[in-house]
Amino acid sequence: MAVAQPRPRPSNPRILVEHRSAAAVEDTPVVFEIGDAAVYYGAFRAVRDVSLQIHEKQITAFIGPSGCGKTTMLRALNRMHDTTPGAKVTGKLLYHGVDLYGPQVSAVEVRRRIGMVFQKPNPFPKSIYDNVSFGPRVNGIRDRAKLDELVETSLRSAALWDEVKDRLRTSALGLSGGQQQRLCIARTIAVEPEVVLMDEPCSALDPIATARIEELMRQLKSQFTIVIVTHNMQQAARVSDRTAFFTAELDSKNDQRTGILVEYDATAKMFSNPADERTENYITGRFG
Amino acid sequence: MIAASDLHAKPSWRSTRSKLMTGLMIAAVAILAIPLIAVLYAVVSRGAGVAFDAFPAFFTKDIPAISRREGPGMGPAILGTLLVTGAATVIAVPLGVLGAVYLHEYGGTRKFARAVRFMAMVMTGVPSIVMGLFIYVMWTMRFGYSAFGGALALACLMLPVVIGSTEQMLRLVPTQLREAAYALGASKSRTILTVVLPAALPGIVSGALLAVARAAGETAPLLFAVGAAKAFNPHLFTEANTALSLQIFNSDLAFPAAESRAWGAALTLVALTFLMTITARVFTSRFALKR
Repeated sequence: MAVAQPRPRPSNPRILVEHRSAAAVEDTPVVFEIGDAAVYYGAFRAVRDVSLQIHEKQITAFIGPSGCGKTTMLRALNRMHDTTPGAKVTGKLLYHGVDLYGPQVSAVEVRRRIGMVFQKPNPFPKSIYDNVSFGPRVNGIRDRAKLDELVETSLRSAALWDEVKDRLRTSALGLSGGQQQRLCIARTIAVEPEVVLMDEPCSALDPIATARIEELMRQLKSQFTIVIVTHNMQQAARVSDRTAFFTAELDSKNDQRTGILVEYDATAKMFSNPADERTENYITGRFG
Repeated sequence: MIAASDLHAKPSWRSTRSKLMTGLMIAAVAILAIPLIAVLYAVVSRGAGVAFDAFPAFFTKDIPAISRREGPGMGPAILGTLLVTGAATVIAVPLGVLGAVYLHEYGGTRKFARAVRFMAMVMTGVPSIVMGLFIYVMWTMRFGYSAFGGALALACLMLPVVIGSTEQMLRLVPTQLREAAYALGASKSRTILTVVLPAALPGIVSGALLAVARAAGETAPLLFAVGAAKAFNPHLFTEANTALSLQIFNSDLAFPAAESRAWGAALTLVALTFLMTITARVFTSRFALKR
């Protein structure tokens, strides 16, 4: 595959959030303020120079070819890298103005507010009920009636209630892949987080299950701020309000491919009239 | 057009070799099964008579004080085996599981964890009689014969096995499950207690059970620690006790009565370990959710 020659990068990382155009989206309050962020695995720099703002109750999509650091960046947002030995996050990552990596900040508290849905559905080998009630229990809810209610509302929000209401006590592993992924979404929203991070939530699902999850995301947008990583450009175009395009560039210093943020703007603009040639090449299928 | 015979397999060296290898494997399995079946047959055919004659006398009566005397009695040895093995399990399984949780979840590749892991590996290779001698010096010389001394010796044997099998099981718990728990705001300890350990539980139980079943039949570590009582001794910490394996080892084979009692003891021991395995299997399958 021919890779288009990227134009020389501007010396300063671009922040294109303030781009105004006909396609501009509503400016809701900023949830994440990211400036010059980078993530390292040991000596390897996986992604660098990421600067963007994520807005409340909107869907922000991270798109780009494999190995461009979009998942790595997403996992930095709820400190999932803490569990990976050798991983290090640098730069400014503010959540409502608070440094996520500040010395006083607890990763556990961060993750209670910023939930995550993973690429592969990963229900616990427990019953459906226990899967959904796990988070609330972790947060100290012991009351049976309250838990029952939370399980029902979460499963309803995830559009799964009608399919599983008669078998809440059976193993979650008996569900289909699409149902398992919706269960994982229900499990995440049962904690009542503010932000839901989704790491390619549909890549293991068929088109029908994918359509249901996308429909679900549109509904959940009214309650949650959603950040989704996807390989699927159509998906980003269909569901997201804003899109960030990442790509991988060869680092001249050490011959390693490091991810960078190329462009970040309203989705409608990104897909109709992107400012950067590399974005245009990618979304028109000439590259990646 | 093709003839029907075109699709038939043609005799070739490849298909002959396949048949030959399959035959070899079946033969290997058959050879493997021979000693297993032979041992079971010998134990049952010679032990069943004495064990079930005048049932349940064999399981409840004292061991005859004079070995040449006819008559049943292995009760004290059965109780002794249960006491020694039970106490050893209570010591070794919690210690081993906790140790393995530290090694895998917290220690990782730290120097201390690596050293402990290495020592556990070395401990697996220590002959059981050396463990018996060790406990003799550390415990029996000071406190005298008791079931507890034997339990300590067995626990030393079981510990590295429990650590090894538990760590293996913890390693099999997928990272995705841990991450799912972390993403819901669970702390590390909470994740280990409510996600990792339950997911690994069936494996941990069967690993521990294998260790218990093997320890139940050990003779050498008990030789110096337990003594050779012939009457019931329900006390864990005091007085000489006995065990089935010790009775088999000590029986005076010059006397047919003693020999047949030894076969009865052997059958009881086999049945006990068998029962333990079955119980654990039932226990673990209870935990598995129905789909």
